[in-house]
Amino acid sequence: MSAFTALVVRDMRLAIRVGGGALMGALFFLIVVTMMPFALGPDLALLARIGPAILWLGALLASLLALDRLFATDHEDGSLDLLMTGGMPLELAVAAKAIAHWLTTALPLVVISPVLGLMLNVELRAMGTVALTLLAGTPALTFIGLIGAALSVALRRGGLLLAVLVLPLTIPVLIFGVAAANAAVVGPAPFGPPFTILCALSLASLVLGPVAAAAALRHGLE
Amino acid sequence: MAVIDLANPTRFLTLVNRVLPWLAALTIVLFAFGLTRAMSAPDDYQQGATVKIMFLHVPAAWLSMMGWGLMSVAALGTLVWRHPLADVAGKAAAPIGAAFTFICLVTGSLWGRPTWGTYWVWDARLTSVLVLFLLYLGVLALYWTAEDPGRGSRAAAVLTLVGAVNIPIIKFSVDWWNTLHQPASILRMGGSAIDPSILWPLLIMAVAFTLLFFALHLAAMRNEILRRRVRSMRIIQAQEVRA
Repeated sequence: MSAFTALVVRDMRLAIRVGGGALMGALFFLIVVTMMPFALGPDLALLARIGPAILWLGALLASLLALDRLFATDHEDGSLDLLMTGGMPLELAVAAKAIAHWLTTALPLVVISPVLGLMLNVELRAMGTVALTLLAGTPALTFIGLIGAALSVALRRGGLLLAVLVLPLTIPVLIFGVAAANAAVVGPAPFGPPFTILCALSLASLVLGPVAAAAALRHGLE
Repeated sequence: MAVIDLANPTRFLTLVNRVLPWLAALTIVLFAFGLTRAMSAPDDYQQGATVKIMFLHVPAAWLSMMGWGLMSVAALGTLVWRHPLADVAGKAAAPIGAAFTFICLVTGSLWGRPTWGTYWVWDARLTSVLVLFLLYLGVLALYWTAEDPGRGSRAAAVLTLVGAVNIPIIKFSVDWWNTLHQPASILRMGGSAIDPSILWPLLIMAVAFTLLFFALHLAAMRNEILRRRVRSMRIIQAQEVRA
């Protein structure tokens, strides 16, 4: 097993086993979506129209919450220092952590999103497509958030600072994600262009995120 | 004097002390000239006197973008060349850039009320400037929370460069989002479409604003250097007290 897969497997084990709290994000997602009808009123027509937007906002907030722990625990117990001095390039190690993080926190959101869409009266035939936009867009959220997580662990600050740094950068992902989801549910606008741009954003952040996060860790923790 | 010579803060301070009074005086003269020309410029046939807001609004908008450009160059200087003055320059530029962005938003909003009938619309241009303002505030938040100035500067440099990559994407995405949802209602302004009687005061005001930016920036850099000296002196003092 290469060092890369070993790191991915280790992080996933840590997240899934006792104390990891991998499904906490999915639970948060469920609660946020449940609260929306209380705030907006149980108008099914309205919910059907704004359902994709609610799903995307909920997923964005839920993926943000879990970012705090991405590097913090490794920093506390010293394994982050081992990763930084180890033979694997730091960019690769950081990417492995992000992939494990996406698999344990973002993928559950994608999986439960059809059920939540049902509660929001989103059309059944479009449900798969909405989940597909989340599947294509959440990697961008994780890899952009990776930069924020690296910056905040370097400054030994988390929580609100992380949200303030990361949220403005995720606006394009939100715009194209909701545009693609809306195109699938209601819109006469074509589904293809926003969806391909969403995929492009994910791929670009897949490259940029680890480089920037590794730079932040190197400069911050030296 | 080469850029590398300015790595010595004392030399830089001497240069600032020599240049800043002249720069400030030139800024005041240009503002006096530009404001007089702006006030005597003819009113717009449709907008009336409200077109005068443009003389503050447009230069502020230009400088809000130049501010991030300057911070990006400074960020490269911090991370790549480790120039000691670069992180001071980046830190000093952030609040000034944020202030110009804020001026741009406020004057634009005040201008929008009489001409568009609303203070705010979720228009592409407005939204992307608002996001730029949020990014500035993010960098400022990073500086506020960092205990060690050097570490905070390097973190802010990384964030600035990430933001520099993202600003065109945000601009593009917001434009796209706008055209999907509402027709463009941006006031259109081709460079040649403006009458020279308004264009010249605008250009003079733009130069005056740019000089103001650099005067404030140099002063802020000087203050930052002095602040760091005070900080290190206090630390030495505290160590002496303990010893």
